[in-house]
Amino acid sequence: MATTYRTCPISGMQFEDQAEKLMRWNAVAGVLWLLVGGVTALLVILTRWPAIKLLPADQFYLILTAHGIDMLILWILFFEMAVLYFASSTLLRCRLATPKIAWLGFWLMVVGGIITNVAIFQGESSVMFTSYVPMQAQPHFYLGIILVAVGALLGTCVFFGTLVVAKKDKTYEGSLPLVTFGALTAAIIATFTILSGAGILIPTFFWSMGWIKEIDAQLYRMVWWGLGHSSQQINVAAHVSVWYLTAAVLFNAKPLSEKVSRFAFLLYILFLQLASAHHLLSDPGMSAEWKVLNTSYFMYFAVMASMIHGFTVPGAIEAAQRRRGFTNGMFEWLRKAPWGNPVFSGMFISLVSFGFLGGISGVVLGTEQINMLMHNTFYVPGHFHTTVVSGTTLAFMSITFLLVPVLFKRELILPKLCQIQPYLYGISMGVLGLVMMGAGTLGVSRRHWDMAFSGAPFQYEWPGAAYLMMGLTGIFGVIAVIGGGLWILLIVGSLLFGKKLDGGKVSDKPTPIPSNTQAASAVAHGSDHIPVPGTVVLALLLFVSFVLYYFVNWKYLSEVWLLS
Amino acid sequence: MSAILPPSDRLWWKQPIDKVEWAWIAIAFVWGMVMFGMMIYWHIYGKQNLSNEAYKTTPELFAAKAEKFIAENTIRTETDQDIPVVRVPPGGDGYLIARLWAWYPILELEEGQTYKIHLSSMDYNHGFSLQPVNINIQVIPGYEHVVKMTPTKKGTYAIVCNEFCGIGHSWMLGRIYVK
Repeated sequence: MATTYRTCPISGMQFEDQAEKLMRWNAVAGVLWLLVGGVTALLVILTRWPAIKLLPADQFYLILTAHGIDMLILWILFFEMAVLYFASSTLLRCRLATPKIAWLGFWLMVVGGIITNVAIFQGESSVMFTSYVPMQAQPHFYLGIILVAVGALLGTCVFFGTLVVAKKDKTYEGSLPLVTFGALTAAIIATFTILSGAGILIPTFFWSMGWIKEIDAQLYRMVWWGLGHSSQQINVAAHVSVWYLTAAVLFNAKPLSEKVSRFAFLLYILFLQLASAHHLLSDPGMSAEWKVLNTSYFMYFAVMASMIHGFTVPGAIEAAQRRRGFTNGMFEWLRKAPWGNPVFSGMFISLVSFGFLGGISGVVLGTEQINMLMHNTFYVPGHFHTTVVSGTTLAFMSITFLLVPVLFKRELILPKLCQIQPYLYGISMGVLGLVMMGAGTLGVSRRHWDMAFSGAPFQYEWPGAAYLMMGLTGIFGVIAVIGGGLWILLIVGSLLFGKKLDGGKVSDKPTPIPSNTQAASAVAHGSDHIPVPGTVVLALLLFVSFVLYYFVNWKYLSEVWLLS
Repeated sequence: MSAILPPSDRLWWKQPIDKVEWAWIAIAFVWGMVMFGMMIYWHIYGKQNLSNEAYKTTPELFAAKAEKFIAENTIRTETDQDIPVVRVPPGGDGYLIARLWAWYPILELEEGQTYKIHLSSMDYNHGFSLQPVNINIQVIPGYEHVVKMTPTKKGTYAIVCNEFCGIGHSWMLGRIYVK
């Protein structure tokens, strides 16, 4: 098939024409969904802020459903499709396999997303992101999600196909680059995830049409979370890949050890999917043995993998910086990092937020017995706003600052505001997550319209601290929405009004990755090793925080009613 | 080479791993085992473990058992809706119905006594969230969950519903007395 290859003069990356168009369209579609998700986020926040309580109950539940679907499925999935095409076609410098199927996948996702949103905004499908049966939405609510899933599966298959093309056309030698390997991990998890989704949403669609009489409520929860949680694991694999990508592009950082990083990704493939159990720990239908084994990803092997990445990503940056001469003391490499470059600052805040806030809270929340203190409380959304938002979303936002000149050939507008954005968004989202977890620790429910319980036969007064936490949730939520809105403004503004940049040379043939691998291999052994004491200190700090917070929660648990 | 290029050493899996990395992997592994062991330890020695006892049921079957329990043990009614307050016999079985949008009935327990509380839903998923103790248990239609509970402190407790169950979710509030 006739296609062209453009070599970007800024980055030296090579973009195949079809892959480039697909990346742009997927990224733009993602940003538009983020816009819808952001508007709904503001409405949700202003309603849960007790002093404001903006929306009436029915509209609140409608908007909350839309917020979940548009953010967790649509924004993230569209962006991940762009990441997959980038990690395959661009990094391997080959043509995209079957671009027509990739476009079909894209349009299926667009149409599906619109159909589901129409269903939600018609008002008869306020069933939340999780749509637990037997609460029923309109059939097209499920149908839209199914179309999105089929579209995403097609995109994933195109990714796999492109890996085969690269191998066949010999555009690279040896093994896949680490970032592509990470994307491959994400794609494999995505395949499992989408099949789980099909396994539950297709029967649920049939049920909503009246073709199936009943779906077991517990079974639904188990299979649905095979979709719902595993899709968050795609995000983890994808944003860890983006971290490695950022480190490689900005610092020319190489992994401390290819073996260790790849092994950690492999652990994700083997164990992450068990996390469906995290949502079932307080359910009646599973035994304690099942819960303990699954919630811990079979003895915490996937947590180990994340801890490894949490070490090797900053470690790779530290080693690269030290190689450049920033060798004074423990932390000169970090102090002298490009904090004014939003690509770096966003990535680093994402790393810290995901590790310290999201990672630790996630493991504590997923501990079988401790889960009873937090299940369905505001702690849960607090936790996942520090993983999927200030972790994944922020990583995607920061890499976009790189993609605007490289992929869209535009200069960023308002560079000062671009510098501020990751701090504004990342820090407010991190604090938002913390105060939400604080409210949850005090018992405040998630997905709840009215802390005052008006209309109830009884009264219950939450502790004053809970109201304080919810007020802070409101304040930091609004700041985070402003930070997110600023990003959309900067990116869309740059795409429309940014100075056009030279696209670079276009050629009919791909230029393969130069094979300097043999010559460089001598360097990789022994003599090139650089110690990373700063990263060791950071990692130990993480470990100590982890241990303390973990046991504090056992202490809390030991103080409640006795249960057996 | 950097992470966006193929590994410079084609035999990357044969490269030795640095000591510091080994140490961190070891820490992560041991910590994982500690956390895994902790859950098992708590099942043996801890006093807060969620019950494994659950049965398949139907809303009709469960409601019938609950109504029988209420008829036999009601001590008074409260509020203008005349919600029965039911004294659960110490060491005995109590039934709590979750339905749109109420927890039914009000249970009365004694401090230090152990009860088998049967939970089920008549319709959608609900969330048993005991406040201010903050114990949270999922309640699923078609499943009867038998949870052994021992209150440790006297007082008036609220049961908040913390699983979204429709428009009345926010006023689905129940009550438990501990004497």
